[in-house]
Amino acid sequence: MKQGTILKKKALSNNSFEFLVYAPDIALSAKAGQFVLLIVDEFGERIPLTIADSDPKNKTITLVMIVVGTSTYKLSKLKESDTLYALVGPLGNPSKLIPSKSVVFIGGGLGIAPIYPIAKFYRENLKETKITTILGAKNESLLFWQDKLSTVSDRLLIATDDGSCGVKGFVTTVLKDLLEKEAIDLVYAIGPLPMMKACSNTTLPFKVSTIVSLNSLMVDGTGMCGGCRVIIDGKVKFTCVDGPEFDGHLVDWNRAFLRGRIFNQEERCSYDIIVDKALNKNN
Amino acid sequence: MSDSIDNKNTSTPSSQKQRPTLLPVDERVCSFSEVSCGYTEDQALTEAMRCLQCKKKFCTSGCPVGIDIPSFIKCIREKKYEDALGIIKQYNSFPAVCGRVCPQEKQCESQCILNKKSNSISIGLLERFVADRVSATNTSSIKISNQSEASYKDSLDNSKKFKVAVIGSGPSSLAVSGQLSKNSDIDIHIFEAFHRAGGVLVYGIPEFRLPKTIVQKEIDELCSKGVKIHLNTVIGKSISLEDLQKDFDAIYIGVGAGLPLFLNIPGEELGRIFSASDYLTRNNLMYAYRFPKYDTPIATGDRVCVIGGGNVAMDAARTALRLKSKKVTLIYRRSMKELPARAEEVEHAIEEGVEFLPLSAPVAFESDEEGIYVKRVKCIKMELSEPDASGRARPVPVPGSEFYVDTDVVIVAIGSSANPILTSSSNLSLNKRGYIETDESGATSIKGIWAGGDIVTGAATVIAAMGAGKKSARAILEYLHNK
Repeated sequence: MKQGTILKKKALSNNSFEFLVYAPDIALSAKAGQFVLLIVDEFGERIPLTIADSDPKNKTITLVMIVVGTSTYKLSKLKESDTLYALVGPLGNPSKLIPSKSVVFIGGGLGIAPIYPIAKFYRENLKETKITTILGAKNESLLFWQDKLSTVSDRLLIATDDGSCGVKGFVTTVLKDLLEKEAIDLVYAIGPLPMMKACSNTTLPFKVSTIVSLNSLMVDGTGMCGGCRVIIDGKVKFTCVDGPEFDGHLVDWNRAFLRGRIFNQEERCSYDIIVDKALNKNN
Repeated sequence: MSDSIDNKNTSTPSSQKQRPTLLPVDERVCSFSEVSCGYTEDQALTEAMRCLQCKKKFCTSGCPVGIDIPSFIKCIREKKYEDALGIIKQYNSFPAVCGRVCPQEKQCESQCILNKKSNSISIGLLERFVADRVSATNTSSIKISNQSEASYKDSLDNSKKFKVAVIGSGPSSLAVSGQLSKNSDIDIHIFEAFHRAGGVLVYGIPEFRLPKTIVQKEIDELCSKGVKIHLNTVIGKSISLEDLQKDFDAIYIGVGAGLPLFLNIPGEELGRIFSASDYLTRNNLMYAYRFPKYDTPIATGDRVCVIGGGNVAMDAARTALRLKSKKVTLIYRRSMKELPARAEEVEHAIEEGVEFLPLSAPVAFESDEEGIYVKRVKCIKMELSEPDASGRARPVPVPGSEFYVDTDVVIVAIGSSANPILTSSSNLSLNKRGYIETDESGATSIKGIWAGGDIVTGAATVIAAMGAGKKSARAILEYLHNK
């Protein structure tokens, strides 16, 4: 079987999916916090996706994605036994184990997937540490992996924008409440940029170190293109070789937002074409 | 064309250098087709006749791999093209590539006795002619798959006496593999990070200078000799160097140049400011010039500024023209005389309409109102002072001479620094700049591991990398047989 073959596909919502992918070398080397780059088909671009889980014994990795543009749209259309055009990894630096008494892991939206391997890594290596996980989504139907995350957490808290599950509000509502009530040494936040920024801003007055995982645009993922550059503490860093995890209090969020929008026009054009094509085919 | 026929008939050594046919400028800038069509047979014969066949081979002394140039030229005169190629291939496995991308005017051609009258033999064009001519009559049919089977371990050939791993598939790695593949008792495995083999030859050098089919042919030929290529594999990440050491008798590291350098001036993180390797990789490897048929986007704009004066800067500037930019300005801090690029590239860039802004350096990038994209480059005039450590005149800013260049896209092509991915996860001795320390043969501080090309020397030429690979191949063979 070829590396990159899809063994299982599961819909998490109408536009987000979980893939179990055959990848022996990657599964064997992957550590929490690392990512892969993949190309869906021969016309495809190289996109980074965090490794949401890996199983060296069965030689598989798990990837979770949501449709946001051309590449993720194409990926969402792949079926079981299809093979990705290319798959390379694991890339980026693994998460560091920071000895702590109480850690909070926050997964917002699709960020629920990449937060899982890090929480699992902490659970397996720091038995005494109290692990709290906060999951956030627009509504209950967009939540997933509560079961997986509860097995690696001492408690699981949930926030939904509409209150359909857990607390009505954002993950920061729950986070602030915790920070006010108890001693927390470390916060890990992964999700959309505004969510990670909000979490970092929430912990700043409490002086609690906060780690975020950036998902910058990149081509090679090995330091060569410099497209994934971000500003950390006033210095230029490359997400692929210096990250993807950074101190949330030192990230220049404004710059990160703007760099994420660089190809907005081109992405829109490409996506419109591909969706049009799909519609015409169906008609 | 009639010129060349006349020349052939007279065939006096004093006759003028043959000029290859070039694609007309207006056709060039609307396609990525190769610019130089190379020599016709008549032109090649005429050019070969001009060679003085010197007893003392000055030209050979200027070649980084020491090709016996007069001998292969003699074969061309006799129309023994296969023999000519045979001679070249004793020294250089990839003449079709080197004939196109070597800076001959600084190497073999600079040493040619006729160069005293600026009329040196066009050795590079002759090398290319021989390679293209012979290859047109032979075709290889082996194709490598883009997605590897399970694991490299499954493809190890235990019937062979030795196993060698080659990390990277650029010029120096191809040269090592080419040399080693002449020995049937070595199982050679190349590991490449990208989804296509060839390194800088495919992601860096554009189609109009080095067609990808030429590179592919060379790689197919390697594969037909039993060399195995594992794509999408980053050594130091996917597989550790230590793991490779367990499976292989010797390892060659040719991972190439590394992280792009930036200017570290205000505004450099703005949108549409690219490193040259980002811009060129999007185009060459990912086919962004065929967006939206291909999904990878690239920023296009009426005005493009390229910062730098090397081959990569020329490639970027000429690529920008082909992406329909109306005005491409190359900003270089020294004068035109110091441009480090290959003479032919500068010539072609000028013909195609690249505007040069020498003795100027950017000091800041300014954005549009939204703060997303770059809108103009603030520059300062430079003047040349006494030579610096590199022997080139040192550029110094002229106080108060700031000026602005409006632009939509900026490409920074000022070189690279060592890539840490492989080296940081190993115990290899590195120099202060992070490049791998080796001896003359490329041997590293770890027994059984060699390295060569840009990861040892810093950014250099394709042929220098190939030369390094060849040297290491010899050392590796010796090591294996004494093991």
